Amino acid sequence: MAERSSTAFFWALFSAGGVAAAFLLPVHVFLFGLAFPLGWIEPPGYESLLGLLQSPVTRLYLLVLCVLSLFHWAHRFRYMLYDGAQIKHLNEVIVVGTYGGAVVGSVVAAYLLFLAV
Amino acid sequence: MKGSPAYREFHPKWYRTRVSTYWWLSQWSYRKFMLRELSSVFVAYVIVITLMQAHALGQGRAEYAAFQELMTRPFVVLLNVVTFLFLLLHTITWFNLTPRAIVLRLGGRRVPDLFIIAPNYVAWLVISGVVAWFVLRG
Repeated sequence: MAERSSTAFFWALFSAGGVAAAFLLPVHVFLFGLAFPLGWIEPPGYESLLGLLQSPVTRLYLLVLCVLSLFHWAHRFRYMLYDGAQIKHLNEVIVVGTYGGAVVGSVVAAYLLFLAV
Repeated sequence: MKGSPAYREFHPKWYRTRVSTYWWLSQWSYRKFMLRELSSVFVAYVIVITLMQAHALGQGRAEYAAFQELMTRPFVVLLNVVTFLFLLLHTITWFNLTPRAIVLRLGGRRVPDLFIIAPNYVAWLVISGVVAWFVLRG
């Protein structure tokens, strides 16, 4: 029963992360990864971006986006290794590596967004 | 009951054909499935660069200029192009699966898939516009 409820829990996180990533990440990569570096759009100044980041709403938005996306990655990557690469005998290592990676990533995100600024 | 032999489940030896590690290369639908699953790696990459960017912003002007310089390097630009394509694959496959997750009935009839899928794309455009507006308003 514990096994089943944890599966449901991680699936819910995966699903929420999938929604967040689908709606929000393309525009992030398009702007900061392509349009600004390649000069398609004039990037906003340092002060204006810093001002945006200093708003608690922006930080909370980024934290939620990071945490959900990381758990989305963890769940998909876990089953990709499990079904795709068929390394089922390493199941425990994979579970610790993926969900553990998402937990560590979430803690790092919270630290960087709320404590290190 | 000390000394009794340990209980062991009966395991008949089934005949199973071995499945190749590269089973998913055999058909286009399997390859598409693996590409879709692989998009998760690029989702994680976007989170890494987003956090690097936020950290650089908080550190100061010089650090942020270094981050911007990093984003213009040819290898990073190439990686970002591939990432963007994988994210589009994720978004499109995710939206197109929504009728599997949501079944709406109106007047006893099932709402056609297109009417469940299409609002996702509209919302995606609006949300992307709102994010871009916050970033660009200066």
